Amino acid sequence: MDLKVNEAPPSTLERAAVDAVLGAPTSGWSGGDRGPLDGHVAFAGSRRAGRRRNLLLPVLRAVQDRAGWVSPQALGYICTCLDIPPAEAYGVASAYALISLEQRPSIVVHVCDDIACRAMTGDPGPELERRIGPEGSGGTVEWRRSPCLGSCEHGSAAFVQVAGATGWHATVAPCSPGDVAAMVAAGTSLDPELFAPTAALIPQARNDRTALRLLRRAGTGELESLDSYRAAGGYQALRRALELGPIGVIAELNEAKLLGRGGAAFPTGAKWEALARNPLRPHYFVANADESEPGTFKDRVLLETDPFGLVEALTIAGLTTGAEQGFVYVRGEYQLAAQRLLHAAEQARTRGLLGDDVMSSGLRFDLEVRKGAGAYIAGEETALFNSIEGRRPEPRNKPPYPVDRGLFGKPTGVNNVETLYCVLEVLTTGSQAFATTGTPASSGTRLFCLSGRVAEPGLYEVPLGTSLRALLKSAGGVRDGRPLRAVLLGGAAGSFVGPGELDLELSFEGVRTAGTTLGSGVVMVLDDTVDTLEVLTRIARFFRDESCGQCVPCRIGTQRQEELLSRLGRPTSSRALVEERALLADLGSVMRDASICGLGQTASSAVESALAKGLIAQDKEES
Amino acid sequence: MTSVAPAKLKHRVELTLDGKTVAAAEGATILDVCREQGIDVPTLCYLETLTPVNVCRVCVVELAGSRTLVPSCSRRVEEGMSVDTQSDRVRTSRRLVLELLASSVDLSLAGGSLSRWMEEYGAHPERFGPAADPTTGDERDRAHAGHHEIGNGLVANTVAQPAKRDNPQYVRDYSRCILCYKCVEACGEDAQNTFAIAVAGRGFDARISTEFNVGLPESACVYCGNCIGVCPTGALMFSSEFDLRSHGEWDEARQHVTRTVCPYCGVGCNLELHVQDNRIVKVTSPLDHDVTSGHLCVKGRFGFEFAQARKEPEQERPRAAR
Ligand SMILES: Cc1cc2nc3c(=O)[nH]c(=O)nc-3n(C[C@H](O)[C@H](O)[C@H](O)COP(=O)(O)O)c2cc1C
Ligand code: SF4
Ligand code: SF4
Ligand code: SF4
Ligand code: FES
Ligand code: FES
Repeated sequence: MDLKVNEAPPSTLERAAVDAVLGAPTSGWSGGDRGPLDGHVAFAGSRRAGRRRNLLLPVLRAVQDRAGWVSPQALGYICTCLDIPPAEAYGVASAYALISLEQRPSIVVHVCDDIACRAMTGDPGPELERRIGPEGSGGTVEWRRSPCLGSCEHGSAAFVQVAGATGWHATVAPCSPGDVAAMVAAGTSLDPELFAPTAALIPQARNDRTALRLLRRAGTGELESLDSYRAAGGYQALRRALELGPIGVIAELNEAKLLGRGGAAFPTGAKWEALARNPLRPHYFVANADESEPGTFKDRVLLETDPFGLVEALTIAGLTTGAEQGFVYVRGEYQLAAQRLLHAAEQARTRGLLGDDVMSSGLRFDLEVRKGAGAYIAGEETALFNSIEGRRPEPRNKPPYPVDRGLFGKPTGVNNVETLYCVLEVLTTGSQAFATTGTPASSGTRLFCLSGRVAEPGLYEVPLGTSLRALLKSAGGVRDGRPLRAVLLGGAAGSFVGPGELDLELSFEGVRTAGTTLGSGVVMVLDDTVDTLEVLTRIARFFRDESCGQCVPCRIGTQRQEELLSRLGRPTSSRALVEERALLADLGSVMRDASICGLGQTASSAVESALAKGLIAQDKEES
Repeated sequence: MTSVAPAKLKHRVELTLDGKTVAAAEGATILDVCREQGIDVPTLCYLETLTPVNVCRVCVVELAGSRTLVPSCSRRVEEGMSVDTQSDRVRTSRRLVLELLASSVDLSLAGGSLSRWMEEYGAHPERFGPAADPTTGDERDRAHAGHHEIGNGLVANTVAQPAKRDNPQYVRDYSRCILCYKCVEACGEDAQNTFAIAVAGRGFDARISTEFNVGLPESACVYCGNCIGVCPTGALMFSSEFDLRSHGEWDEARQHVTRTVCPYCGVGCNLELHVQDNRIVKVTSPLDHDVTSGHLCVKGRFGFEFAQARKEPEQERPRAAR
């Protein structure tokens, strides 16, 4: 393959950004100045260079962070350094919302207008338009609408992306339209010091910590150092895992009946066992921290408040399944979580808890933190592998499954962040204690993200099998005692539960019987003041924006679903509701049955359940 | 060395296909078996000479025990599988895939099988409403991931856009593109290894693009035309064909196809010259040809002008004296 790249030289800033990630190029073949030998040596080496392709996303992010966009010259330079065809690199860059391929202001404020914040504080759009101007306007600072930023407990949020030689990002939550207007007014004199992170809301931590298992260390303020983590019981699980050995750990997980918390409820022991037994090498293990399901913030809270926990759990996963290299794929907007994780990993490394001889066991394990760049789909496990590999975050067809062919085509384990904290719990309290918590078929506790019109929003931990009514009660019920209209369970990919169904048992089997899902643990409360149709339209927009576009049912189906919902809200539409229902049923069935991945398969689920429960028809009649 | 028994070389597996027990070679796809059994399965993104990408989903079948339907073009047969190719779920999904595509893409040149399937599955793309106005500039090429204009829902959005004509050889009319990935595969790993084009953007804004949408002359394109050879919808088209069609003069009844061997080098690629009114209007190569698998290089594909360059007699120079 001959590369043909844009040969205009990158700016000094762009070059510095690339070189900071890749190191200075070593020859004219990889982007450096042409030396006297370069014309006379040929490297049979595109495979060799191709090995660095997995640095494509980090390097695109670095250029974005410093220059504010990825210019043709910057892309050309990146492609020369990494030996990647520019059309492919462009295809990758254009799949991520946080990477811009056109010049734009150096400060962009991404304001959440997603369902949980909307339910709590309304659509910030109209006020922002009034105060600043339309989306994408604002001079040196511009504002844009953003999907859920994973700070839903605060009821409003913004992600500030500031480009420059010392570029920075921060999530601000809560963040009112007035706050955004103030940022825009401050222009380039915006001061990062003003953006001290707000503490996560864990109401139980204030009242009664005894109920907290996964969150036992959360918010205790002792977690900046490895010593305090160890004093709080940290690294006991790893010690136990080393005593038990891989077979023992897997037996514990199987006896604990731990099911994955990432959405599919797959048995974790079985996954680890299949990977441990796979004779092909190397193995990889990935912690999925891409959390982007609207209404979900549990993984963020875990990582921000107990970062060593993930390092320890991933180490156990690696040692048990024979993976020497781990990755944590952190959502691009989770700046604070990534920073704390990096800090924790660094400390663990200097103390021999990561590296060539983990806890003097003679075993090797280390991990790398990779950041996303604004793509919900990159949380789907096989799209995540493609994202790390420097390819478009498109899900792969399954089979083959990750334990057979995953990251870099090698056997790979992948678990959700919460699942990994559950592993710590299994190993420290024992499989018996874990299995007897919850229901017989759904063991352990579960984190629930309460948001919307609830009196005390925040992250809650309860044993699986707790009723929805009890959970809502512990969060103080509906805000201001208003009547409940519906609860959205499981996020945008979940479904609605009506006020008459509050005895629903929150366990995997309980929700399955009721035809709904726990999904990522979203419990979003909607009262009679919330416009359900508006919520549904926002959900439809979310899927339309986040579909990777690979398969027809989802690429075009999500577009048609959005059109259908926009129409429903308009009196000018001459279509009868029955006709729309039939159309939606058809769209739902093709997306559910024929899409490649879970995004398309669940894209109509909330909308269909709202229709089935009369939540839309009701709105239409009222208006 | 131990010899391998022939039975081990070709394992056969048994499966149930539409209620009938059939045997198939291990490693075959469900589509292969359907074709052996004479069952018509529509396909759009599948081509024998390319790695299956299984993205169009029109070939789905129902596999007992699977929550979702599975793409027959890439799912390999396994012992004991039970497959239904005509269930209601299958028919609904196929109909919807056809409706969704036809409601957003110009399929008028996508060939006879497509119109037959549309009819067979009862596809009514107009159910989604009248088509929105086409874009008039490069809006689709500049779409930013995660952001789009929301319409009023009264019209159905489409991919209609101006055709791209930036080189003498061929035209890219992405109003006809179903995003089957075939051209990307042909330009890349499956044939040409040039990687001039890739999929860019996401969701409904996903599109085939060069880097920053630069014209082909600025891109890595080497004009092998292999993307044209695999494009199922006429989105990629010889300029000669495009011009004749826009003047209403393209007439396959007036054409004949001559099979010959490319005169340029010793590889021996077979060419099919499509000739109308004694002019070559397009060059293809047979998909099943064992040298080319349908792929050519720029010389075989576009280097035919010499064959029809007629020198005017008065321009002929007198022969130099010996
Ligand atoms: C569109 C889509 C997005 C997903 N996003 C996430 C995510 O952000 N975090 C996560 O843990 N799992 C996510 N998943 C599920 C993963 O594919 C995978 O099942 C999970 O990480 C497995 O972990 P578990 O076995 O611990 O549940 C997503 C799935 C789909 C289809
Ligand atoms: S279902 Fe949607 S997100 Fe998943 S592969 Fe298909 S187009 Fe991509
Ligand atoms: S003509 Fe050949 S090189 Fe050019 S885009 Fe098509 S396949 Fe690629
Ligand atoms: S241009 Fe043709 S070959 Fe390429 S993706 Fe579109 S329809 Fe398929
Ligand atoms: S942060 Fe706004 S909906 Fe989650
Ligand atoms: S032909 Fe099988 S998915 Fe397209």
